[in-house]
Amino acid sequence: MTIHAYKKSKKQLTIFFVTLIGITLLSAKLTNFNFLHGIQTLPKAIGWMFSNLYISAQSLEKFPSVLEKLVETIFLSITSTTTAAVVAMFLALMGSQTTKVNNFFASLSRIIASVYRNIPIVAWALILLLSFGQNALTGYFALFLATFGFLTRAFIETIDETSSSSVEALRASGATYFQMVAKAVMPECSPQMISWILYMIETNIRSSTLVGILTGTGIGFMFDLYYKSMNYNVVSLITISIVVVVIGIELISNYVRRVIL
Amino acid sequence: MTTIKSNDLTYDFKKKTSAGKIKIKVWGKSQIVMLLTFLSLFILTVYGFWTFDLKGISLIEATNETLYNLKVMFLQPSFSHFTLLDAVGQIGITLGLGFLSTLLGVILSLFLALFAAKNLSTKTVSNAIIVVVTFIRAVPTVLWVLILAIAAGLGSEAVILGMVLHSVAFLVKAFSESFEEVDEGIIEALRASGANWWHIVTHAVIPTTASSLLSWSFLRFETNFTVAVAMGAAAGAGGIGFELLMASGFYFDLREVGFITYFILVIAIGLELFSTQLKKRFLTNASA
Repeated sequence: MTIHAYKKSKKQLTIFFVTLIGITLLSAKLTNFNFLHGIQTLPKAIGWMFSNLYISAQSLEKFPSVLEKLVETIFLSITSTTTAAVVAMFLALMGSQTTKVNNFFASLSRIIASVYRNIPIVAWALILLLSFGQNALTGYFALFLATFGFLTRAFIETIDETSSSSVEALRASGATYFQMVAKAVMPECSPQMISWILYMIETNIRSSTLVGILTGTGIGFMFDLYYKSMNYNVVSLITISIVVVVIGIELISNYVRRVIL
Repeated sequence: MTTIKSNDLTYDFKKKTSAGKIKIKVWGKSQIVMLLTFLSLFILTVYGFWTFDLKGISLIEATNETLYNLKVMFLQPSFSHFTLLDAVGQIGITLGLGFLSTLLGVILSLFLALFAAKNLSTKTVSNAIIVVVTFIRAVPTVLWVLILAIAAGLGSEAVILGMVLHSVAFLVKAFSESFEEVDEGIIEALRASGANWWHIVTHAVIPTTASSLLSWSFLRFETNFTVAVAMGAAAGAGGIGFELLMASGFYFDLREVGFITYFILVIAIGLELFSTQLKKRFLTNASA
């Protein structure tokens, strides 16, 4: 019996790997990807990076303008995340199993969240670019819409996981809906929610670079400008400053998470 | 038959206010940090809105225009510059980019994660890998792709390598955390019976974590599909993202943009449903 089961699982494993190899070959053909060439380019690319990507004294002169755009990008990601979190909060309250008003609104808010989450941020940026132009608001709304979809789902899961028993207790003792939300759901879920918000701020700094390249705003635009004019010293200055900001935010949020969770 | 000890019943009188009422809220360090976080986020948001460079744009006009554009996009989608078959082909390219980068990322990070897991490796090696991985993750994918494109030339190689770097950064963290959750007793038992490191990995660590490794990998594939769309638009990687850029930036064809967006949406939701199923089945420690 056990030998039979072993044989069966071995057969399944073989099928799994054969399909995997099949898909790999198919995708390599579709995308014109050559494995050997790909592996060969990696050392070349790393070598090039070490010999060309360094910050020279000349590029440091650009630092004030880089810093200005960097601050703009940080504020962009913070404002879009916090405002999206407020909207997501309401939608999550409607969508969660424990705090839903009725089933119709619950499924509606889940569907809305799913649609907004799955339309890529690139699509939002390109659509908004048509009417908002090269403006900070284009980036803001693109980040807002994508963040809001993601946070709604995260908040729904948080509310579902953490607060069902205390909500039940309050409901049994005759509390109103708003008392329930204010005294049970919010206090219990807020540490987890802050953790999600901080995670999203960090992600949005990276995403806003991408949006910036597409829409010509913020640090992304600056990167694109110096990239296209092949001034690689400034390119590395910008990259390093983004890295410093992202790691800085990660350290702050790790500290906050350690204390509150 | 348990007896209640008397000191369980003694009440901590410090938790009363000066008026003698019981304090409902107790202020600890975590509450203060939480409040500070809330406050600083609030202040930063207000200040951020205050300093936005709007360049004299009329908010109402632009919003109305966007709403009109969205209406055209989503209610009258059609395609004019390519056929349905082309669209399927382009989606295939994007999925292919996502798949290849996930696969290579999984293979690489499987090895790296073994050395990054604290219970299977030394502290120095583990910390070194974590520092490198944190650095890689902090650089946005599009910057990796663009930087690699200078050295490797434009094409799928640069895109896939750039996406592999980011996948590795994500998966090493996820995988090594899964490895760290393996029961220490199993490893100890194998070690006591004379198994070497490689035996422990292939006979205890990988089999017990296989299902969670699979779900994390698929989760990354789902992300990589979205990233591949973005790279198509921002780094010229081809695929459906590039078509999206062409449709909106060069042809200004809103109906086509709508069609492409719907197409991406369907694939993304399909992938998400599948990965939620996988996650429900296999992942108990899913936190991120």
